[in-house]
Amino acid sequence: MDIIVKNLTKKYGLQKAIDDLSFTVKTGEILGFLGPNGAGKTTTMNAITTYLIPDTGTISVGGYTLEKNKDEIKKHIGYLPEDNPLYEDMPIIDYLRFVAKLHSIPSSLMDEKIGNVIETCGLEREKHKKIIELSKGYRQRVGLAQALIHDPDVLILDEPTVGLDPNQIKEIREMIKKIGKKKTVILSSHILAEVEATCDRILIINRGKIVADGKPHELRKQISGNQIVKVKIEDVDINMAVEGFNAIEGVILTDILDKENKVFEIQGTPDTGLPASIFKLCAKNNWVLTELSPVEAKLEDIFMELTSIKN
Amino acid sequence: MQQILTITKRELGAYFGSLMAYMLLILFLGFSGFFTWIYGNDIFFIKQATMMPFFSIAYWTLFFLIPALTMRLFSEENRMGTLKLLLTKPISDLQIIVGKYLATLILIAIALALTLPYVITLANIGNLDFGQVASGYLALLLFSSMYISLGLLTSSLTKNQIVSVLLSLFIGVFFQLIFGMLADGSSGFFGSLLNYLNVNSHFDSMIRGLIDSRDLIYFLGFTFVGLLLTEIMILRKRIA
Repeated sequence: MDIIVKNLTKKYGLQKAIDDLSFTVKTGEILGFLGPNGAGKTTTMNAITTYLIPDTGTISVGGYTLEKNKDEIKKHIGYLPEDNPLYEDMPIIDYLRFVAKLHSIPSSLMDEKIGNVIETCGLEREKHKKIIELSKGYRQRVGLAQALIHDPDVLILDEPTVGLDPNQIKEIREMIKKIGKKKTVILSSHILAEVEATCDRILIINRGKIVADGKPHELRKQISGNQIVKVKIEDVDINMAVEGFNAIEGVILTDILDKENKVFEIQGTPDTGLPASIFKLCAKNNWVLTELSPVEAKLEDIFMELTSIKN
Repeated sequence: MQQILTITKRELGAYFGSLMAYMLLILFLGFSGFFTWIYGNDIFFIKQATMMPFFSIAYWTLFFLIPALTMRLFSEENRMGTLKLLLTKPISDLQIIVGKYLATLILIAIALALTLPYVITLANIGNLDFGQVASGYLALLLFSSMYISLGLLTSSLTKNQIVSVLLSLFIGVFFQLIFGMLADGSSGFFGSLLNYLNVNSHFDSMIRGLIDSRDLIYFLGFTFVGLLLTEIMILRKRIA
């Protein structure tokens, strides 16, 4: 089920939480929704899940529109809201049964569906415990289980790994990846590594507007046009080396990263075959080249650059 | 309907799971039993086989107990964020409200049902007017229904349960006492309007065995307006 968001605007008082936002997510795509705190991620998700009524703009989920088919949209969406609200007084299994009933799952299928999500989310051992007795990681699994119980076509996850330990984060990410193969998933986060590890496509928003949209490697290219290479050479005169590198065609800048170990970072214009030229230079001068590796722009840099420009 | 009952069942579970229901039942039966049978203008004092003392006591007991029951219905959901979860499920806002309303009404009905031994006892020791008793119980149910809807409304206005109770009692006291007192000193249209708004005038005639459509409209109308305003308050959250 595709999600199409067009010209969405939502104001809180005079402040625009989202400002003329438009994007599309296709079936089978995991979209990472990235942005600093207060960028409008949760507001957008709340609008898609029908919780908030936007001021202007349209949202369509699998052809159903927010204005005309709100109930249909609700049936097809599984939502894990920010902070994962749960009825803490209920045992897991009763809670999942409650949510399943709200989704009108027939009683003949009820046990099977509950069994499936309990297995998928790894809740087998805890299923009779009350939610209040669970650790944060297990609560998150319950939140995910309730979002999945009706086998939705669209999954909206607002900060799904917040507060989890590294092992739990890894497990939840793998779970999302597995689920995301067949469904449309929007996942919000302000943790870049999370989005990069899980998502096919990244949408960075800032102050309610989209500032970048693309695959992680495309975004890297988009922001850092230059190619950067890290070079380590044994027993070489630093000045000679810098001179040599600067003489290569297309080299813009040579940085000495580590004087003692002779590590350099060389920046050159794109498509000039920088690594090959460096290798040839070293061979010609009999320098022992021990490292020659491309440096990719970090997603953090892209994020900071994009969100700070707009600020 | 299935959706409404799902909410009702969940709320009843929450009442009984948190001991709230047992507290209500003990307090209600304790207060009403004590004043009906043991103390003050009790049944033995007036020497008549009538449930009137019980109805009058229940009138005040329920007035104070209902806000304590309804306070968490939306305040808690708002505070915990679970309201967002509910509102994004395939269930309408009104179904959620009615589900919660029904749960509280059922709990009150259980409390009232537990006072049926009073009726049996009285019927055994005197000549009891069953029509009047039935009308009295209906009055208590309608009266409860009205304050449950008010409680739902005040609960939807705040995340703080204490504020919800106080607001409910504050608004309730106008209908319970103040409009009646003002009506005594007023005349003409304004006087009769205040008198119509006063709960006691409707409740009183019903516990005497008189079922008048004006009284039914009052209680049901109040309930309807309360539920409708609650729905508007929830809608406001979606727009704001």
